[in-house]
Amino acid sequence: MANLTREETEALIAEVLEVYPEKAQKDRKKHLAVNDQSIEQSKKCITSNRKSLPGVMTIRGCAYAGSRGVVWGPIKDMIHISHGPVGCGQYSRAGRRNYYVGTTGVNTFAEMNFTSDFQEKDIVFGGDKKLAKLIDEIEGLFPLHKGISVQSECPIGLIGDDIEAVSKKAAATLNKPVVPVRCEGFRGVSQSLGHHIANDAIRDWVLDKRDNKPFESTPYDVTIIGDYNIGGDAWSSRILLEEMGLRVIAQWSGDGTIAEMENTPKAKLNLLHCYRSMNYISRHMEEKYGIPWMEYNFFGPTKIAESLRKIAAFFDDSIKAKAEEVIAKYQPMVDAIIAKYRPRLEGKRVMLYVGGLRPRHVIGSYEDLGMEVVGTGYEFAHGDDYDRTIKEMGNATLLYDDVTGFEFEEFVKRVKPDLIGSGIKEKYIFQKMGIPFRQMHSWDYSGPYHGYDGFAIFARDMDMTLNNPCWNKLTPPWKKVEEAESLAKAA
Amino acid sequence: MANIMIRQGDKGEYVFYLPKRDLEDTITSMEFDTPEKWGGEIKLNNGGAYYIEPQAKPERLPYSVRAKRLDAAE
Repeated sequence: MANLTREETEALIAEVLEVYPEKAQKDRKKHLAVNDQSIEQSKKCITSNRKSLPGVMTIRGCAYAGSRGVVWGPIKDMIHISHGPVGCGQYSRAGRRNYYVGTTGVNTFAEMNFTSDFQEKDIVFGGDKKLAKLIDEIEGLFPLHKGISVQSECPIGLIGDDIEAVSKKAAATLNKPVVPVRCEGFRGVSQSLGHHIANDAIRDWVLDKRDNKPFESTPYDVTIIGDYNIGGDAWSSRILLEEMGLRVIAQWSGDGTIAEMENTPKAKLNLLHCYRSMNYISRHMEEKYGIPWMEYNFFGPTKIAESLRKIAAFFDDSIKAKAEEVIAKYQPMVDAIIAKYRPRLEGKRVMLYVGGLRPRHVIGSYEDLGMEVVGTGYEFAHGDDYDRTIKEMGNATLLYDDVTGFEFEEFVKRVKPDLIGSGIKEKYIFQKMGIPFRQMHSWDYSGPYHGYDGFAIFARDMDMTLNNPCWNKLTPPWKKVEEAESLAKAA
Repeated sequence: MANIMIRQGDKGEYVFYLPKRDLEDTITSMEFDTPEKWGGEIKLNNGGAYYIEPQAKPERLPYSVRAKRLDAAE
């Protein structure tokens, strides 16, 4: 199907909005837009980071998801207590596939669920004693842990427990960091505030613990910030940086440790992949320690080369030369991938709806394969994310912020993309509609997708999904016979 | 009053950041911009305006400072 023009896209938005009551219509209208590259500021066309409408089906998460699930969860040698009722921790356990090296249950704990399992009596009498007991038990059962974080669930804030006092006391007796995080689910409109709270907790409780301590530093120390090692993403990014002569001293937070985090202020440059979830800590380090930070994008060879050169520009000529070597080294591999998959994927149209970074970061990857992104949207982005997105997207393409289940389905019915990239909650609806689908949160249990090695896997996965023979089998055979007969009659 | 952070952008311009609202924008004009006197009324690209008590220019940017909102764009 041909791409929609600006007028058609506008008409489509108006049509989709028609079913809402007047007030809801007015609110939702602000979150849907037709991209216009000439606009400098996103707020002129799209509103973001606002409370979801009651009654619609939103795809967002909560502050607890942003803190425990995204920022803290992947730190492998700490134990993250889901403080509150059992469900929040259990149903988010290990779902994000943050890979790490270590023996789970002995010296690493990222896949495990620790919870204080609140009961009625804990709500009535307070859960502080239980938390103190739980920390004691952890120390007895898992003595090799390097620290504990207390991730609050909603009731903690509601009943006013003093987790800070418990944590301070426990930290003194254990002589290990115990970090209280006030990330109750009801804070903020989406997981985004959870990221912010988690960043602030790291700033206040972790980051300055090794200031003025000796550290063997090199002029090429960098950190990877905002890479959660989903399916091994951080590893395939790290090898590129190491190949160009840099030393990665910390990974935040995929496959990361608390020691790495404490050493981060010794870095020369912070490399920020997920801007949305970790720009806060990067800004703090820039102010307090004078460490510059830069955003980079390791999705797709065009963006990788661009980013490698941009990173190299911070360093001396030897690094710049090595960056060129790295790009040249992988070029034959990239050419082979593109030669193989581009003919199979050329001209296919993609719609995305992911979290806070991928809706704009993966566009380059698709474009390298000759595919086109015709609609994109974020669950929890802010204005600055849309500022960055507008430039990446084509004119007259769809932008949707915090899209509702209904809107997304209607858009898909009309735009008829060849592929959708979104999360697990959307997957089966669209597959039943007969549209190929990839989960872009967890890479559909595949990955990594970052870096040159990741691009090979990305291209294979997209081809595997799009050109799967199952999509021809969606019309049942008896209906196909009729089609054939009517065709025969017409002839 | 709100805490804001002022940093230097890629092209040497001042960039305004309001952590509470995740508002990032370039500063189009600053009333005083000399080493001795720095601050005053600042105008943002989005049309907003804030006021910083005039002070000596900070030795190093980024710099966090209390600012008074004169006219918010949103």
